[in-house]
Amino acid sequence: MILALLTFVGLAALTPWLTRLLRARVFYVVAALPAAVFVYTALQSATVLAGGVVTESVPWIPQLDIAFSFRMDTLAWLLALVVTGVGALVMVYCARYFSDTEPSLGRFAALLLAFAGTMFGLVTADDIYVMFMFWEITSVLSYLLIGHYTERKESRGAALQALLVTTFGGLAMLVGVVLLSVAGGSTSIHQLVTDPPGGAIVTVSVILILAGAFSKSALVPFHFWLPAAMAAPTPVSAYLHAAAMVKAGIYLVARFAPGFADTPGWMPVIVIVGASTMILGAWRSLRQNDLKLLLAYGTVSQLGFLIVVVGFGTRDAALAGATLLLSHALFKATLFLVVGIIDHDEGTRHLRQLTGLGRRRPVLAATALIAVASMSGIPPLLGYVAKESVFSAFIEAGSAGDGWGWVALVGTVVGSALTVAYSARFFWGAFARKPELETQASHEPGHESHASRGILAAPIILTIATIALGLSAGPLGRALESYADTVSGEGDYHLALWHGFEPALGLSALAIGAGSGLFAVRRRFARLQRALPPVVDASRVYWSIVHAVDRLAARITVFAQRGGLPQYLTTILLVFVLCLGVATTLNRTWPAAFVAWDYPAQVFIAAVMAAAAVMAARATHRLAAVLLVGATGFGMVALFAFHGAPDLALTQALVETVTIVVFVLVLRRLPRKIAQHNKPVRRWRRGMIGAAVGVTMGLIGLIALGARQAGGLGPELARLAVEEGHGQNVVNVMLVDIRAWDTMNELSVLVVVATGVASLLFVTGRNVVVPRLRESRGRRRGLERARLVDDPHTQNDAPDDRQHTWLLGGRTLAPDQRSLMIEVLVRLLFHPAILVSIYLLFAGHNAPGGGFAGGLLAGLALIARYLAGGRYELGETLPIGPGILLGSGMLIATGTALGSLFVGADILTSAYFEGDLPLIGQVSFGTSTIFDIGVYLVVIGVVLDVLRSLGGEVDRQQAEADDVPGVAEPLKAGSERA
Amino acid sequence: MSASLTLVVLMAIMYGTGVYVMLEKSLTRILIGFMLIGNATNLLIFLMSGRAGDAPIIGDGATGENTVDPVPQVLMLTAIVINFGVTAFILALIYRSWWLANLGDEGDDVTVDDEDVIDAEEAEVYHASLDEDDEAVRAQLAGAADNGDIDIESDIDNNHTERGAGR
Repeated sequence: MILALLTFVGLAALTPWLTRLLRARVFYVVAALPAAVFVYTALQSATVLAGGVVTESVPWIPQLDIAFSFRMDTLAWLLALVVTGVGALVMVYCARYFSDTEPSLGRFAALLLAFAGTMFGLVTADDIYVMFMFWEITSVLSYLLIGHYTERKESRGAALQALLVTTFGGLAMLVGVVLLSVAGGSTSIHQLVTDPPGGAIVTVSVILILAGAFSKSALVPFHFWLPAAMAAPTPVSAYLHAAAMVKAGIYLVARFAPGFADTPGWMPVIVIVGASTMILGAWRSLRQNDLKLLLAYGTVSQLGFLIVVVGFGTRDAALAGATLLLSHALFKATLFLVVGIIDHDEGTRHLRQLTGLGRRRPVLAATALIAVASMSGIPPLLGYVAKESVFSAFIEAGSAGDGWGWVALVGTVVGSALTVAYSARFFWGAFARKPELETQASHEPGHESHASRGILAAPIILTIATIALGLSAGPLGRALESYADTVSGEGDYHLALWHGFEPALGLSALAIGAGSGLFAVRRRFARLQRALPPVVDASRVYWSIVHAVDRLAARITVFAQRGGLPQYLTTILLVFVLCLGVATTLNRTWPAAFVAWDYPAQVFIAAVMAAAAVMAARATHRLAAVLLVGATGFGMVALFAFHGAPDLALTQALVETVTIVVFVLVLRRLPRKIAQHNKPVRRWRRGMIGAAVGVTMGLIGLIALGARQAGGLGPELARLAVEEGHGQNVVNVMLVDIRAWDTMNELSVLVVVATGVASLLFVTGRNVVVPRLRESRGRRRGLERARLVDDPHTQNDAPDDRQHTWLLGGRTLAPDQRSLMIEVLVRLLFHPAILVSIYLLFAGHNAPGGGFAGGLLAGLALIARYLAGGRYELGETLPIGPGILLGSGMLIATGTALGSLFVGADILTSAYFEGDLPLIGQVSFGTSTIFDIGVYLVVIGVVLDVLRSLGGEVDRQQAEADDVPGVAEPLKAGSERA
Repeated sequence: MSASLTLVVLMAIMYGTGVYVMLEKSLTRILIGFMLIGNATNLLIFLMSGRAGDAPIIGDGATGENTVDPVPQVLMLTAIVINFGVTAFILALIYRSWWLANLGDEGDDVTVDDEDVIDAEEAEVYHASLDEDDEAVRAQLAGAADNGDIDIESDIDNNHTERGAGR
């Protein structure tokens, strides 16, 4: 069974591709699979009918006891035969029904095949969660299949309606499934049914599961989606809405009835819902003029019938239910296929436009007639056998003292009479000669063509089964009895064509007689129907609910999303303050001891920082605000330094410097003053919110401190750092070794951020080539460097060959933007700075430093070059793109991480090499150092990327805007000189 | 664990001012608020390392008694660098929005004003297509069922006669 399911998945995936080759003939290929599974299932008959089961199981989530377990007993066997057999026939039918030019044929074929597979899985699954999974997949597939004509509004609407209704039921069912499996302590349906748990929770869960079954099987009050779903292509209606999907609910009830029929509430719900659905569906069916809708309401009616019988919970009813299920699948699929042929050939399925079809299409008419007769319960067809057994079962139950037996009997007899009436009306509408229409029938299509004879194969086979199974009622009954016998209780009914003159026979005759009578007086009956006030329209209720939900969603959206970041922030912060503020008042774990300060300088630093923060909040000039924020950052540096966090102090100092530079780079283009649009009232509000958040955060900090009881991990980490990480700087060892995963994720964040910055700035696409000076490529570079330097301020007047410089890029700047002093300083300090950064990188393992600090320092050195010499200087300094740095850094880091896998260790395991080298002394070099090199490169890459984007690219755009020749055209300047 | 009140108060002040600035419409101010809150958050984590002590570097004369907890420091070190990355990103956003929108001296406001606010009716329009689909289903079903088949023959007769009259 598992193999079959996997084949379904595989073939369905291939189907769109096959369709491109075979067009409509692809259906013959896909039909082969359900046919093969049908044969497989049939081969299991011997085992199954002897009372055995076929089981397969593959563990899936052992922690939850969920497994792909499948179990084929008689009921599963019967359903599997129906879904695969009808499925294969419908697919064969599709090959003729669709033309090669049908749009999205591949999708349709794949979905139909996948659906057949899902149904097979659904009926054979034994794990209740796996069964539920298949259950939901059928909902989704039916959504896609009903909505096949995506361009038609009614098709989309119907698909969504079916999806909403069935998934609503599915959700209810999921709750029921979870409750039941927990209460029963098992996920196996077989286990749950044979050893049913009891209690109030089980009652609730069973009712919820019934809700799911009812929504799937289109029972009152969920029945309305099924007629709407007739917007689907007819093969879908024949398969999903007659034989397969709607049977899922019936199957589920049949599956649970042996164990749970005596649950309180089961019987009234089943009988009332089932009988009312049967009568309502038939009543509505009599009013339809569209043959397909007539059948759809008829299906609703029959589903109600089925639910009463399979859910009734006696042994005889179970036998009758299984028979009825089979007979309904056979005749209803036939009738849908017949309607499809009529629609296809005549161009209409409206019974006011069809006339004389019976004469022209005798084979079609005969097929339909037999199916209709079976539906009406006329001997010797399977439908008759089924109906007989149903009535007998109810009479049996009723005379045994079960009041619900009589209710069910009356309901189903009335329903059967109506069924006979609409069956007759269907046949009359489709095939009868209507003299009054003859003259109008201007289009007189030809007789059965060869093509339409081919399409008849599927309905004819189904009809033959209806006759054959009816005639062999005895053997069929013996086969199905092994399911019926799982229901506890008395019962010795056997299927047969002739039981003698029994009450059931009389009831059958009564139903046929009354139904025929209704058909005879159909005009008067229709007038009566119209005169009666309409029953409450469930679909209207559905529509108003959906509409109300839509409107509510719109209202809430408009209420919550008023537009404007400040409002959203306000909402978030208020919720934060309210929730956590209330929580803080409940706190009982305040710190054991308070100290005013750790050391006196702390107060001074804090005061400066607080003042800077307040002033930053009030500053109206951008630059001032940025510098003040920077002051708080440098205050942090001081706090860290005094507190025993040299690594933090170092990193924060470098970051703060880089941040301020980058800020200034951008701000030089923006207006100096920050636009002020806020009204004074808002300022008060903002102040209040700010204060509230500040106080809340302060309280949270105190509580967190107080809650912390155990000491830190310090000593343990120190031991780990030395023994495992071979380093003395615990912070660095943690970054590159103990918590290296974290660092690696952080690196990827940095890469993303850098890429984001670049993509925001390089509007017209990122330059792959690093901007460089033209003449720098080649030997002249050295010569240029060797020349003497003039005072840049004099160049304005005397641009000549004797132009020498400390920084190559400096020449591209407008003379009034240059400063010789800075150029010289940068030139002299750059290389030492890079050396120090490399020192920091390698020393970091044992002393303050590390990849982050080293990378930031190197970045700072680059920034200095850029500031002194402009963007071309940047290209000259580091003639590779930031992408290469980011990529290689990431590669080194991940390479180190993955490398340990190759030697059989866990990911990110570090290895160390230790030894004495001449001159340098004792050296410990580990893979974590290589990892740190990756960090180093990524950080440089980020700084470089930011610099090229927010520095160089902004320069270029500014130059374009200002059109200053001296700045924009360094190449021209260079060539002039050359 | 004991707490240094000075740091707690400082953290609260920085959160408060950060939120105050962040609630404005100017993107620059939002960024400044972000940076203040970022520093305040770092301070919060930092508080958790307890009282001041020796750096967590072994062999630096640290006995282990008075060493600061290194875990918050590790968390903060990455936080500091990420903060820088996000700051740069917001800066790029500010510049980009200002440059592309050609705001000039207008600056960098988040330009959603009251007139841009969508109202409920407009929002409901978004659902209209769904309603149309539903409507189509309803029409389809109603059209087929409404008149039942009373007098199907007589209806046809009527049509017939009308047609005949037309001719």
